[in-house]
Amino acid sequence: MISIEKVSKTYKGASRAALDSVSIEIEKGDFVFLVGASGSGKSSLLRMMLREDVPSKGSIFVLGENLISIPARKVPYFRRNIGMVFQDFRLLPNKTVFQNVAFCLEVIGKSPAFVAEAVPSVLKLVGLEGKQDRYPNELSGGEQQRVALARAIVNKPQLLLADEPTGNLDPATSQEIVNLLERISAAGTTIVMATHDRGIVDRMQRRVVVLKDGQIVSDDRGVGYEKAEEAR
Amino acid sequence: MKLGYVFGEVGQGLKRNLSMVVSIVLVTFLSLSFVGTAALLQLQIGQMKNYWYDRAQVAVYLCSEFSPAEACPQGAASADVKSSIEAKLQDSTLSPYVDKFYFQDQDQALKQFQEEFKDNTITNYVTADQLNETFWVKLKNPTDGAIITQSFTGVAGVEEVRDQRSYLDQIFSILNAASLAAVGIASVMLFSAILLISTTIRQSAFSRRREIGIMRLVGASNFYIQLPFIIEGVVAAAIGSILAGGTVVAIVQFFVQGYLAQSLPFTNFVSLGTALSLVPIIFGIGVALAAIASIVSIKRYLRA
Repeated sequence: MISIEKVSKTYKGASRAALDSVSIEIEKGDFVFLVGASGSGKSSLLRMMLREDVPSKGSIFVLGENLISIPARKVPYFRRNIGMVFQDFRLLPNKTVFQNVAFCLEVIGKSPAFVAEAVPSVLKLVGLEGKQDRYPNELSGGEQQRVALARAIVNKPQLLLADEPTGNLDPATSQEIVNLLERISAAGTTIVMATHDRGIVDRMQRRVVVLKDGQIVSDDRGVGYEKAEEAR
Repeated sequence: MKLGYVFGEVGQGLKRNLSMVVSIVLVTFLSLSFVGTAALLQLQIGQMKNYWYDRAQVAVYLCSEFSPAEACPQGAASADVKSSIEAKLQDSTLSPYVDKFYFQDQDQALKQFQEEFKDNTITNYVTADQLNETFWVKLKNPTDGAIITQSFTGVAGVEEVRDQRSYLDQIFSILNAASLAAVGIASVMLFSAILLISTTIRQSAFSRRREIGIMRLVGASNFYIQLPFIIEGVVAAAIGSILAGGTVVAIVQFFVQGYLAQSLPFTNFVSLGTALSLVPIIFGIGVALAAIASIVSIKRYLRA
């Protein structure tokens, strides 16, 4: 599903590498937490997987595509198989919940009939029934993140990337979002989630990859945050 | 591809940037009007050249009693002089260049003068003996005037040799300079139109950066993302181009045909048909430049 080997990335003008010889294999159906301090390289790694960025060195394969050599015109089609959510939700403020989710289907050329069927069902899945005509500023943070999640999965992606999706939410709401991610994972979607949230990582007992200064310092299955930190 | 979405976005973009769009329309309108005017002038020059060069002759003016002494120390040209000039025009050196020539005496010259200056009071004071007897030489190739000029200048009994083409060349070089000036102004304005279009497109893209971000995230194709912006620039420039085309047609209809052709009836002016044939060319230039400017600027914006 994802195969990253000795990937390094140095941004222009930066004194040290954002990623330093990172290697990681992620299998289909995995639920992986990327943890580490700010600036440890979590977001850079996610950006590489989405092909927002290209490594300076190393090789990266995602969903069978070689992201070093993929031609620019094929990148949009590659991304249609990946969903992504962010800490800041990134919803369009002038569109309703329904329109926000529908927009991402419309712009990849899905038919109105498909949109009319897929959007309500995904909104039901994330628990936003009856709120489809609200605007983002009328929703709580948790609800906004559900909209973002609905948008990310409405096209049934094989891979879901989440960059600190609970960073702006209180612990209870965070847990709801993670429960939702768990259900999405159970349906067969591979999930890679970057997070600071110790509580969630500890409760979930999933695979935890710890990054520090752009390097992977531990990679364990079924551990909590502390254990993973200690393991290094 | 949903056209409804694309045109909705185009409409929104045009509304949001109304003042910039209006300035694109005006600048393309003015610059392409200059382009069109320059093209009209060039066509006019071409037509007039064909017409006049065909009729341009070299005049060999013979000395009259009134000729200045430095050119004609012997006074009026004698019959000998006339026959020697005639012989020279017919001999093997000059005849290959000469299409035909004829002799005009003073009475004929007066008649032509009175014809040419019909409404001028000067005809009351000019008499036949003040005018020159003249050999009018029509050349096979109008550019060979210098051969006749060199052969007869300074010959006894010849006051002056004049190639009519030299008058025409002056007029044409003035018209030519005017059309070059129009092209110069047009290119400066077209350049600013291009800059204006790319600024507007960038601004438009910036005001829709959230939507663009989402579209890239979910995998909308580049073409789909860029199309509304390209159409936005093209639509604005197309409006300006149509106005410019209309202006060129109006210039020919009302100024050239309506005014110039009435006041100078024997001149062959550019026709309305010619002006109409320029309209698609002007439109094409405007739309092509706008499309290129929009494509380049939106691609650069999206890459950054």
